[in-house]
Amino acid sequence: MTGFFFLVPIAIALGLVGLLTFIWTLKDGQYDDLAGAAERILHDDGDRPLR
Amino acid sequence: MSCCVPTIDPNDPDRRAAAREELRLASREIESGLWQTDLSVPGIHCGACIHTIEKAIGALPGVTRARVNLSTKRTTIQWRAEAPPPFIETLNAIGYEAHLHDDLAGTKDNTLSELIRALAVAGFAASNIMLLSVSIWSGADAATRDLFHWISAAIALPTLIYSGGVFYRSAWQSLRHGRTNMDVPISIGVALAFGLSIYETIHQGPHAYFDAAVSLLFFLLIGRTLDHMMRERARVAVKGLARLAARGALVRQPDGSQVYMPVQEIEPGMTLLLTAGERVPVDARVLSGASEMDRSLVSGESLPQPVTSGDQLEAGTLNLTGPLTVMATAAAKDSFLAEMMRMMEAAESGRSAYRRIADRAAQLYAPVVHLTALLTFIGWMIATGDFHRAITIAIAVLIITCPCALGLAVPMVQVVAARRLFEHGIMLKDGGALERLADIDTVMFDKTGTLTLGESELVNHDSNARDLAIARAIASQSRHPYSRALAATGDIAAAQITLDAITEHPGLGLEARVGDTTYRLGRADWTLDAANPLKQIPDTASVVLSKDGRYLAAFAFEDRLRPDAAQAVAALTSAGFPVEILSGDRRAAVQAVAAPLGVAWRAGISPSGKTAQIAAALARGQKPLMIGDGLNDAPALTAAHASMAPATAADVGRNAADLVFLRDSLMAVPEAIAVARRAAQLIRENLMLAIGYNVIAVPIAVLGYVTPLIAAIAMSLSSLLVVANALRLGRTNRLQKQKSNGVIGEAPTTRLAGGMA
Repeated sequence: MTGFFFLVPIAIALGLVGLLTFIWTLKDGQYDDLAGAAERILHDDGDRPLR
Repeated sequence: MSCCVPTIDPNDPDRRAAAREELRLASREIESGLWQTDLSVPGIHCGACIHTIEKAIGALPGVTRARVNLSTKRTTIQWRAEAPPPFIETLNAIGYEAHLHDDLAGTKDNTLSELIRALAVAGFAASNIMLLSVSIWSGADAATRDLFHWISAAIALPTLIYSGGVFYRSAWQSLRHGRTNMDVPISIGVALAFGLSIYETIHQGPHAYFDAAVSLLFFLLIGRTLDHMMRERARVAVKGLARLAARGALVRQPDGSQVYMPVQEIEPGMTLLLTAGERVPVDARVLSGASEMDRSLVSGESLPQPVTSGDQLEAGTLNLTGPLTVMATAAAKDSFLAEMMRMMEAAESGRSAYRRIADRAAQLYAPVVHLTALLTFIGWMIATGDFHRAITIAIAVLIITCPCALGLAVPMVQVVAARRLFEHGIMLKDGGALERLADIDTVMFDKTGTLTLGESELVNHDSNARDLAIARAIASQSRHPYSRALAATGDIAAAQITLDAITEHPGLGLEARVGDTTYRLGRADWTLDAANPLKQIPDTASVVLSKDGRYLAAFAFEDRLRPDAAQAVAALTSAGFPVEILSGDRRAAVQAVAAPLGVAWRAGISPSGKTAQIAAALARGQKPLMIGDGLNDAPALTAAHASMAPATAADVGRNAADLVFLRDSLMAVPEAIAVARRAAQLIRENLMLAIGYNVIAVPIAVLGYVTPLIAAIAMSLSSLLVVANALRLGRTNRLQKQKSNGVIGEAPTTRLAGGMA
């Protein structure tokens, strides 16, 4: 049982990575125009949001 | 440009410079030399629009970035140039209408990002701590348990500090003003639970409440975020488009040169040039020129008022037909618009602050909970003398009674209700408005723009097809409301008439030539020669078409009632609400609308008079719902117990109103009341559920049987229960909608009756 304890920090670290990624996407403005993002997939140019 | 009113010369360099300057005033400098402009482009609807607009704007010299937001129908442009590139002209050229967007609405919503970040952190922490807790509950041995408690503590501490901040700040604000709100018991409960758990962990105790403390925050933050999102969506939708206040005006300097000045810098005594289609920036007196003013938003008068030199103009009125030279008589801060704002503030402070149900519940709830916990502690101290055991059980009581269900119960219902209203094209400002709307008992309507559409409609004419075609061809050249109404009648094919030389005579009418013949369309006394008097005297709302001074036809106009106005009023009356019309318009005009509806009415009421009527109703103990659109209604909207405004309202009015309905139909009013009443019922049910939960859980906690496992299950269950109950609001109505598909005309009334039963 104690042999598997190394999994605990790994699991938490993975969770943290997910959390930080989410906060980054939020800050990056990726949720500002959800309807537009779906359409922009068809365009070649500039898909970086403006802030 | 589709408009071609003869009085506007689009190539006038001063005028163009003024438009540019206005664009510059609406932009903000984000770094040195780099400007950002937000434009509202309501026509954006597809992926191709994004591409077309970004391409066209991006190709303009000086533009560094252009970005279309499809969700908000806005275009953000960053540019680096001396003067703003011609954005609006470019958009018009490719077929999109564009408006300057309000700076305020363009700024990002920081509170929402903060809430979502706090929610994300709490969600991460809650799931991880819960996983660790499950293994503890499954019977981990003492060493593992302690290790997991320490890991949980390490996750919980930063979470409580970061995500809990939302509640601590609100609780502190409330305590400092000597009140308690829902956040006070939450903050105390969470902090004590964490403190106890740390103590337990240090002393290697078996029970720690890290999971309860963090998942509590998580659930409550969901409620808080939903609440905020709902209000924000309404705020963004309501703000924007039609700005009432001019941003500036063209000022003629003493030396004859013309300068575009922001409205704040305009001082009394300055000479301003006002073209047709512009709003009056500050209170002013006409020096020269003649025109007609649309005062409907300001005073509720439905007919345009002719003005000539010497007449006084209020800020916010719209110049319709001719250019005017005016002298400012008041600075912006002393103008009519600012006066309205002050009256609204006065009304706001006069209205006793409405306390939301959740806060009123908290006012009772917090002392009861804290007293119970205290009594539990004292009881166990007396019974056992074991301090540690007494405090553990007391804190368990606090945790189990923490108003998780309460915090979710109200916002959940309100969010579902807001969604239901949104499907009907009604925007809700905040949850408190929904609660207030549920207990209104009187309905007061404004007339112009509210009961009516605020647009004239051709109701009667005695012309043959050819005369009508001529009249329409002439009318299509003007922006006067009657001309627009006339031009909008009939089918397009009839307008095959070529006119030469059309001129608009402000305050009088339009003159057109076809070969040697002169047609005039306008006021009877102007169109007709003295030798050819009219057979009968026309009423005030009529226009005459003449050929070389001889009578051809007369056209009568009326302000059109909103679709379903009669039905909506009938629904309200049959539901037992007294309905009254408060209007600033002339007696005859108000009576014409009120009589067929069969409701009480008052005409010629000033803005302060409307507020006084509302205040009198409030003083009688009534709870009036005010529905109005104009600037003159704004103070009354603020003063009323609850208020609604159509989306066409002046932005001041829309901001003052609690609810804004986007569609033309007035059925929005009974529908909104029905949804509000249903929501109020569900909120009461949810509060009862929360109380019922406590009745069962508190004795268990007081007797000391609550373990962290039981606390986690009980809290999650009660939250799920209130959420499920809230969702019923959406379901019941969907069923009703299916039912009503068969009987279109009748359904709304039945729905209203059902909702109010």
